[in-house]
Amino acid sequence: MKRVPKPVFFIVALLILAFSFTAIFGVSYYTGDNKNTVLKGISDIRWGIDIKGGVEATFKPANDVDATDEQLESAKSIIELRMISQGITDYELYADKGSDRIIVRFPWKSDEEDYDALSAIDEISSTAELTFRPGSDYESVEVGSDGEYIYQTPTGDTEEVLMDGSYIESAEAQVYQDDSGTSQYVVSLTFTDEGAELFEEMTTEYLNDTISIWMDDIMLSAPTVNSTITNGQAQIEGDFTAEEATELAEKINAGALPFQLETDTYGTISPTLGSNSLNVMGVAGVIAFIVIAIIMIVFYRLPGFIAVISLTGQVGLSLAAVSGYFTTISSFTMTLPGIAGLILSIGMGVDCNVITAERIKEELRMGRTLDGALERGTKNSLTAIVDGNMTIIIVSIILILVFGPSNILSAIFGESTTGTIYSFGYTLLVGVISNFIMGVFCSRVMLRSIAGYKCLRKKWLFGGAKNEK
Amino acid sequence: MKNDIQTKANSQMTVEEVSQKYNNGKKIIACVGHKKRFFGISIGIIVIGIICNIIFGANLDIQFSGGASIKFSYTGEIDETELDDFIQNMTEDRITTSFSTDLMGDTGNNVSVQFSGNDAISTNIQQNLESDLQEKYPDNNFVCLESSSVDASMGFNFLLKCLAAVALASVLMVLYVTIRFKKIGGLSAGVTALVALFHDIAMIYFLYVIFQMPIDSSFIAVVLMILGYSLNDTIVIYDRVREERRVLGSKADVGMVFNLSSSKTIKRTIITTVTTVIAVLIVYIVAWAYNISSVKDFALPMMIGLISGCYSSLCIAGPLWVMWQNHKKAKKAASKSK
Repeated sequence: MKRVPKPVFFIVALLILAFSFTAIFGVSYYTGDNKNTVLKGISDIRWGIDIKGGVEATFKPANDVDATDEQLESAKSIIELRMISQGITDYELYADKGSDRIIVRFPWKSDEEDYDALSAIDEISSTAELTFRPGSDYESVEVGSDGEYIYQTPTGDTEEVLMDGSYIESAEAQVYQDDSGTSQYVVSLTFTDEGAELFEEMTTEYLNDTISIWMDDIMLSAPTVNSTITNGQAQIEGDFTAEEATELAEKINAGALPFQLETDTYGTISPTLGSNSLNVMGVAGVIAFIVIAIIMIVFYRLPGFIAVISLTGQVGLSLAAVSGYFTTISSFTMTLPGIAGLILSIGMGVDCNVITAERIKEELRMGRTLDGALERGTKNSLTAIVDGNMTIIIVSIILILVFGPSNILSAIFGESTTGTIYSFGYTLLVGVISNFIMGVFCSRVMLRSIAGYKCLRKKWLFGGAKNEK
Repeated sequence: MKNDIQTKANSQMTVEEVSQKYNNGKKIIACVGHKKRFFGISIGIIVIGIICNIIFGANLDIQFSGGASIKFSYTGEIDETELDDFIQNMTEDRITTSFSTDLMGDTGNNVSVQFSGNDAISTNIQQNLESDLQEKYPDNNFVCLESSSVDASMGFNFLLKCLAAVALASVLMVLYVTIRFKKIGGLSAGVTALVALFHDIAMIYFLYVIFQMPIDSSFIAVVLMILGYSLNDTIVIYDRVREERRVLGSKADVGMVFNLSSSKTIKRTIITTVTTVIAVLIVYIVAWAYNISSVKDFALPMMIGLISGCYSSLCIAGPLWVMWQNHKKAKKAASKSK
């Protein structure tokens, strides 16, 4: 048998335990009252609305209007803007072009006890109002989730409305080469005939002044008028990136949408129900893990003990992949089915250790030496473990592909209306991969290493009969 | 080292001989021999399930069927029939109400209002209902806990998608088994494993029918989980069959090979299943104690599925595979003798 140096057991075990500890509890320090999270733990996991409580709603164009893809994108961008203006940053938003639906899901705001979700739903789907206003005075400014500034509520001169969205025919992002040869992104506006006249008047009056563009309560852009526009074609310049220009064009188009949005389906889940479920599930999980640990150690002794270490590592690794512990893997919304996926993968982890330990036991009882039994036991049990886990990986990948926000079946069924099963697939995949790392690789390394200690070289400890040495 | 030099078995060996020679003298469990009994039990349960399905019908959650329901919490005592009448007068749809108490004590008493029909309701109806209730019962603190309203066509679409996912996952898993277990008649292994999976799905489905639990997306999650779990059970046994067949040789009786293999893996099967069932049982008991129905409705079918998955691998997939192999052998022999 290939020997593994003795200290390896302690190194691997300590690494696993230290990693799991930080992955479960997180690492953070306080500077004054500010919490600085170094490594994310369970408390940093973003919980889905079925756990934390929240709102889910689906919108569609009213009166069965058939919206084009661009119109739907515009409607989506307007909802995005509304969410930001309501202070909801942690949302999921999909546009399903197949069935003309827009799906939005967001958790309860933690600081508001008496949150009127229905009004929020109505508000984010209400008709967008695009306005052109003189100057660019605003009442308040906030920093949005991705660091950009959000200017809210017009004041002073800016309260006056010069023109609204109905005069705009379309907005479009365009690119041109400037004199120095670099690409410049602009948003090009086309006005209706009436709008062209109005805009000519406006640009005459406010030449070299600022005219700001507002969506509802939020300032989108505050360009300066460089020249009087007479042909009903205007360009907004402003050092945009391609993305910014497209976004602004979408938002302006949304103000000129020919249809209203109506609420198709909606659901609200109370946060109290959610957080109770969460605490209770947590307690149940800890008890279940302790029982599993006891069963493993009682039945399989030393390999059982190692199995418990590697299972701890598997749980830690799975949680780390969900919480955003690794900065390369973004955090993931955890739902109740997600927890079910985790349970199944831990079940697979238990199974992997049971198969190996059972096989070692069998070889020992057939009269093999300890080293021989360890070698044959680990070798012979590998195919069953790999085949079993591979099928689970296939299932989880299918679930991720089918139920993801945009997926392989999008063509037939449109984009996802629910992320709960996707969440199941994701935790399952992460759990089974963790199982390969911990249950298959680390378990075996530890087992071979610990078998090097003379005092532990007793067949009984590895599952042999009691009187054997 | 009794087994280092192993001789091939022949088809005439008795159970005792095989046990002595290949299983260290331990008993061999004759799963295949009792196949009629196992098939009988399973078919019996399925027939009962189908009868229940015809009589009671399956209860599709509004997630799939479309429709609307609102759950309110309130404090204090309320005349339930009066409340029912009051809500009924508020709306044109027929409604049904059901009452429950949250034992955690945080949300007090709950009433669910289910609207008839499969249409979504508008947010106004819900808002008005809430304010009307608060007006009528000012001392009872009516608060909307949960609400859902799903358009029928969206719900049906979602159901179709879930079924497509289950079908796709099954096909791919069987394909994998067929390829990996070529040595023991790939297709027969794949198809019999699939039959076992359908058996497990049927068991979970009938549980939902008999307890009249609404079929929602957690049903689909449970089904998918059990698909993976049950197939894993089957694979572990087939893996052993693949190995034992190499040892026993191709002349050995197929039924005997399967019985020997399942006997050697039975401890693993039982310990893994029992461990997982206990873990889920703990979750179930805790959820039951705190009356968290979403988790409870999740854990119960999971347990039934785990047990069914373990049973179907041993008692359905295995014997079917043996029948298939024997049939193939008989056919070959027949064509040779011609």
